[in-house]
Amino acid sequence: MSAFTLPSASLLSQSVLSGVFVGALYGLMGLGLSLSWGLLRLINLAHFAFAFLAAYLCYQMTTMHVDPLLTLIAIVPAFFAVGAALHWVMARFSVTPFNSLLLTFGLMGIVEAIIQTIWTADFRKLESSYGEMKFKVGGLFVPIPEFITLLLAVGISLAVWAVLRYTDLGKAMRAAAEDAPIASAFGVNQQRNALLLAGTCAALASIAGVCLALSFTLAPSQMYAWIGVVFAAVMLGGLGRALGPLIAGTLIGVSEAITMAVTAPSWAPIVSFTLLIVILVLRPGKAA
Amino acid sequence: MKRTPIFILGVGVLLAFVPKLGLPAFYDSLLYLMLHWIVLATSWNMLSGYTGYFSFGHGAFFGAGLYTTSTLLARYDWPFLWTLPVAALVAALLGVALGAVVFRVKSVRGELFALLTLAITFVIGTIVVNTPLDGGNGVSLAAVPVPAIGPTPSSTFYLLALAAATLTMLIAWAIFVSKFGAGLFAIHDDEDAAEVMGVPTYRYKLLALAISCALAGVAGGIHALFLSYVTVGEVFTITVPLTVVLMSVLGGTRHWAGPAVGAVAITGLLYSFTAADHAVAGKAMIGVILIAAILFMPDGILLRVQKLFRKRAATPGVTHPPSKPPAQDAARPAVGAAGDVLLQVRGLQKSFKGVRALTGVDVDVRRGEILGLLGPNGSGKSTFINVVTGHFMPTAGQIVFEGRELAGQPAHRIAAAGIARTYQIPRPFAHLSVLDNVALATMFGGAVHDVAAARRQAMTWLEFTGLVEKATARPDDLNLHQRKFLELARALASKPRLVLLDEVLCGLTPSEIDDAVALIRRIRDQGSTIVFVEHVMRAVMALTDRIVVFNHGVLLAEGSATDVMQRPEVMTAYLGSPHKELAHA
Repeated sequence: MSAFTLPSASLLSQSVLSGVFVGALYGLMGLGLSLSWGLLRLINLAHFAFAFLAAYLCYQMTTMHVDPLLTLIAIVPAFFAVGAALHWVMARFSVTPFNSLLLTFGLMGIVEAIIQTIWTADFRKLESSYGEMKFKVGGLFVPIPEFITLLLAVGISLAVWAVLRYTDLGKAMRAAAEDAPIASAFGVNQQRNALLLAGTCAALASIAGVCLALSFTLAPSQMYAWIGVVFAAVMLGGLGRALGPLIAGTLIGVSEAITMAVTAPSWAPIVSFTLLIVILVLRPGKAA
Repeated sequence: MKRTPIFILGVGVLLAFVPKLGLPAFYDSLLYLMLHWIVLATSWNMLSGYTGYFSFGHGAFFGAGLYTTSTLLARYDWPFLWTLPVAALVAALLGVALGAVVFRVKSVRGELFALLTLAITFVIGTIVVNTPLDGGNGVSLAAVPVPAIGPTPSSTFYLLALAAATLTMLIAWAIFVSKFGAGLFAIHDDEDAAEVMGVPTYRYKLLALAISCALAGVAGGIHALFLSYVTVGEVFTITVPLTVVLMSVLGGTRHWAGPAVGAVAITGLLYSFTAADHAVAGKAMIGVILIAAILFMPDGILLRVQKLFRKRAATPGVTHPPSKPPAQDAARPAVGAAGDVLLQVRGLQKSFKGVRALTGVDVDVRRGEILGLLGPNGSGKSTFINVVTGHFMPTAGQIVFEGRELAGQPAHRIAAAGIARTYQIPRPFAHLSVLDNVALATMFGGAVHDVAAARRQAMTWLEFTGLVEKATARPDDLNLHQRKFLELARALASKPRLVLLDEVLCGLTPSEIDDAVALIRRIRDQGSTIVFVEHVMRAVMALTDRIVVFNHGVLLAEGSATDVMQRPEVMTAYLGSPHKELAHA
């Protein structure tokens, strides 16, 4: 059992900041998953596969001297198409939510095999001009790649939230998620909206993948390491809520970081998951 | 004795001779792994497949067994075989402790339950890795001798796993064909309706969880020595639960042998590819096969194969002998004379946060009468039925049935006491046949323990309500009229003394209403007391001895139908007060 050591204020605040950054990435990764599960009733494990594939593609293009953020221009539309295609297949066969879990798990295996064949199982790190840059705000170091991730996460989450809440398209999607046949009866083109949403979720995954590539070293087996904590962020934040994964992810990231600073890194998961358990048992309505 | 358990035992005994064949150790290990996953997947399915509570925590219970054995072996030098029952016990206790808390919370179902169990896995894993149980370095069991049950160490593990797998399959089959299993499948389809029909849902879920965890614990114990070096990272992750979900859904979660089929298929695939030097392609291949299976066999391999055989064999529709209804009482022997007060409700209140649905109801229901419960929409009639049958807990008040206080009792005890109800919008168990829907009520509300006897009795109720031709159909295949009659058959199958009918005529055509009215009369003539909520006035006039009128959650009027419907306060409640100008004009 490691002892509790109270860290200095600057260490603690730096930890909290790094927790915010990693939480933003959890949120960005969870956003597409949450929308897909909440609004389309499909649990898309392939989301992680898309993210990692996008990360590797970004890495590959960077080795050909393309700026990482510019790779988004090619990657996002490509994955939009892939996501829509996957949804088309699942809708065609009327796949149930839990069967979608298994189907996409199979897809994950296929993508992992593809990644391993092309890029081998060796660790790959993206080298970019701003990979090592950081700036200082009030005594705290802010690394540029993580900062970009935070900006993207917040910006995209807010954008999606606004679309779902204020536009007709967003309202149509929420209506279809609650009761698809009735929504159709009221003129909502549920099939087209679903394809649109599925494509968007995959595109979001690809953006998360690029952010992942900016900050982390890549290996094919790493895909599975993210599943647990991102699922936790998604369910804690409430399915189908645009701001949910971001807020929950930040909560989880910060609590992990504080735990790591105060005790040992190996204790980190306990705070976030215990929090999750307590919230589920005491106030499950909030998470549902 | 039944054929299936003999078959399972026979296969088990036969397979015990495999080590004598002298195959290379690789095959012993491969077969060990297949049996290992059969135990894990089948035990998972006992809770999650049967009841629908998909757990992502199977890794935690497996890990609990694993670490129990490794701690007892490494630290306390226990003999290996004695650690296995302890491993099972520890895992089961852990499961029951968690289940006791989690199953009490009504809204933790579906995805939330999956998340909760996943979170528990990570928490337990973190605790184990940070305490002397593992300490971060893992536990080495290299120094522990493997008991010499088979000719070689690898064959010993094979035989142990074979024993565990045989035991697991026997238990899975036994649950599947028993009353316990029928209750679990009912919980899967509609837990609240099952509870109201007499299934003790909380107890059953805990029992299924305990058995599931105990078996996972045994598998963990055996696996600890097999690995001989135990680490947290292999066990307390999402891999074990995801794999067992995969195997069970692939094989079929609604059959006791489904997970075993899936386990053998997936383990075989995984290892046939590793052996052939194409590990990476193997992973992709498994993904492709999984996807194809989900798309084309969504209910699992086993059920698809069964359907294929059923079409070829062309078995007759009803597998039960057509029964002559034995002379049986529709209700249990009455404990008092007609005209006695059967149900006495005093001061019943029910509030839903801010809404007061019942604000103090006093009603007496007399034995042998048909009491009509009327009132405008929103007056609390359905809430009254829900509270009396235990679907909701009352906020205050007393409900005394045949001298017993029932307020606050769980719904399954109220059903066992002799009260039954129908739902206004029928809630049959969608995956069970019409016959099994009614048999469930016979088993639980009617306290019949033998499944076959329950089915025979259920047939008589289907005859009573005219649904015999539909006995093997699914409820989805029935029209509304037939579904309403299925509700009635289910309500009657538990031989209740009091039946509460919630707008049973709603949605029926005039001729169907005539049929229903005749049926309700026959139900009363067989000895049941009936309370029925209805808006169809001609049925109310024709059937009821007495009516009560609710308004705003309180009893407004009581008496004979013709008398009560002419009272001014009742007319006002339904139609509103006369317009002032018209009153003057």
